[in-house]
Amino acid sequence: MILEVDGVEFQYKSKEVLKDIKFELKRNEILSILGPNGVGKTTLLKCMNAILKPKRGTVLIEDEDVLKLEQIEIARRLGYVPQRCEPARLTAFDAILLGRMPHMKWNISTEDVMIVEDTIKKLSLDDMALRYIDEMSGGELQKVGIARAIAQNPKLLLLDEPTSSLDLKNQLEILDTVKEVVRKENVSAIMTMHDLNLAFRYSDKFLFLKNGTIFAAGNMEDITPDIIREVYGVPVTIQNFQDVSVVIPV
Amino acid sequence: MVKIPNKTTGDEGDISRRYREHTGRKYTYILSGILFLFVMLILSISIGSVDIPPIEVMQTLTGHTVSVRWDSIIWNIRLPQVLTAIVAGAGLAVSGVVMQSILRNPLGSPFTLGISNAAAFGAAFSVMALGTGSTHSSVGDAVVISNPYTTTVVAFVFALAATVIILAFSRFRGVTPEVMILVGVAMGSLFSAGTMFLQYFADDVQLASMVFWTFGDVSRASWSELALITLITLGSVIYFLLERWKYNAIDAGDETAKGLGVNVEKVRVRGMMCASLVTAIIVAFLGVIGFVGLICPHMARRVIGDDHRFLIIGSMIMGSLLLLCADTAARVMIDPYQLPVAVLTSFLGAPTFIYLILGGRKI
Ligand SMILES: Nc1ncnc2c1ncn2[C@@H]1O[C@H](COP(=O)(O)OP(=O)(O)OP(=O)(O)O)[C@@H](O)[C@H]1O
Ligand SMILES: [Mg+2]
Repeated sequence: MILEVDGVEFQYKSKEVLKDIKFELKRNEILSILGPNGVGKTTLLKCMNAILKPKRGTVLIEDEDVLKLEQIEIARRLGYVPQRCEPARLTAFDAILLGRMPHMKWNISTEDVMIVEDTIKKLSLDDMALRYIDEMSGGELQKVGIARAIAQNPKLLLLDEPTSSLDLKNQLEILDTVKEVVRKENVSAIMTMHDLNLAFRYSDKFLFLKNGTIFAAGNMEDITPDIIREVYGVPVTIQNFQDVSVVIPV
Repeated sequence: MVKIPNKTTGDEGDISRRYREHTGRKYTYILSGILFLFVMLILSISIGSVDIPPIEVMQTLTGHTVSVRWDSIIWNIRLPQVLTAIVAGAGLAVSGVVMQSILRNPLGSPFTLGISNAAAFGAAFSVMALGTGSTHSSVGDAVVISNPYTTTVVAFVFALAATVIILAFSRFRGVTPEVMILVGVAMGSLFSAGTMFLQYFADDVQLASMVFWTFGDVSRASWSELALITLITLGSVIYFLLERWKYNAIDAGDETAKGLGVNVEKVRVRGMMCASLVTAIIVAFLGVIGFVGLICPHMARRVIGDDHRFLIIGSMIMGSLLLLCADTAARVMIDPYQLPVAVLTSFLGAPTFIYLILGGRKI
């Protein structure tokens, strides 16, 4: 197991958001966290890398308690891409280079530069490598954020709505890259998603949240139209089209 | 733990090469800046009510006595003044750039956050309540006060007190840029109100020394004071440089920075403390010098970009250059009198700022 989450509970001031969250993730697996707006998906991701401290419960990454690790040690193991990336007057190359921070001592090494170059090529960002990210479109910025997390070389990628600003081609391209990284580099990924069809296409496991807790979990076979109707309040049918499951609202 | 995630080819590719060129240019800018600063240093020493040719200045500086009188002018008056301008300019600019970065706000500076105002209040308070003032001066012969160091110490204490209040509030309400800036601005107006209150009840002599103190002047520092300012500035700059990557990460957003292992709150609090310390020591010895801390970082940003690996040094060079040039100009403008440099920087401040805003990219 790369990740074991047990009994996680979280509240903002007095507002209880998450309770009794328990799941596990194996190496080389992609997990999608699904659920309606405001259910606590982002909150759950932040609890996993201790940006938010859960009130109760444990998060183990490779059998180490994340809440007891130093922040820099967490950053060596978990790469996090926030839901919204903020623009800054940095070139894309510099912004991706930041992903090497948890591994660098006083300054960047040649290896760091090469890893960044490699990531840039992998995500086809070649043309914008030296452009300033505050002059980029939302989708370009999102790709840079994902590239940074990949360059961070973590054990587990936490991606908060990684495809929310991307066009069709880029959605597929980014998720293909994530999948490739997960398969080849012995890492795992957790992403929150709103596009169920994309989630079905790229994830191995699913976690449906409702009312701050896990409503259903499992792999593709375990997902029924009933679950989706219960979670989102929309009646749907799931069809199989050339080996891909597709959700269609009815 | 660290492994290379991808098959890399051992050689840096085309993108890396272009990136190296891109950063290489920034090193060139910094080197030319330093060179230019050196030229200005020599020129500035040579200009004044007594003109000394640059060649003779160089000779004197390398230890060859050209004339005893010039020797004394250079070593006792001009050199400490010029070096003070360089160090103070660098110190104020670096405080500004760090505050702008950790507060994620282009208006962050020791001046806007009320730290200078607090120091000015401290000085006025000291003059009024403790009967102290400042004696060194190139213009203020009329201002004769008993104990110069008490004023400095009290000004310093008040500047730090303002910082402590800002930090205490943010501990209480969350270490966010908004809280820090709002409390800082509030501090600033509170302290300037306090200064006005004191001035209203001051007699002529007290008022003169208060006002004199608010016009910062780099000719006030002696060698030993310069050494103290340099020591504190240097220490903080080394700290800032060690944190340069963290400032870049904070630029990319608090959450991204946290995800990269940066303890954002800690970086913020410590950065504020160091930047305030530098400001406090400079303002306490030299008086209030406005706008350098606000403007020089922006001028540097336009040349060198926002990457703190270069921006920190770049801002320092810009600050040194600006204060040195302004001080030289102030020295010759109404010869044989010397204007306090703060009068000039304040005059330069507004138009420069407007120029920067109109001049294209957003600040
Ligand atoms: N800083 C905060 N303080 C108080 N409440 C918050 C805070 N951040 C989020 N919340 C609340 O916590 C709940 C969960 O928020 P969260 O951002 O985790 O939702 P989400 O599932 O990611 O939603 P979305 O799909 O819209 O991104 C929401 O009801 C939200 O209003
Ligand atoms: Mg969210």
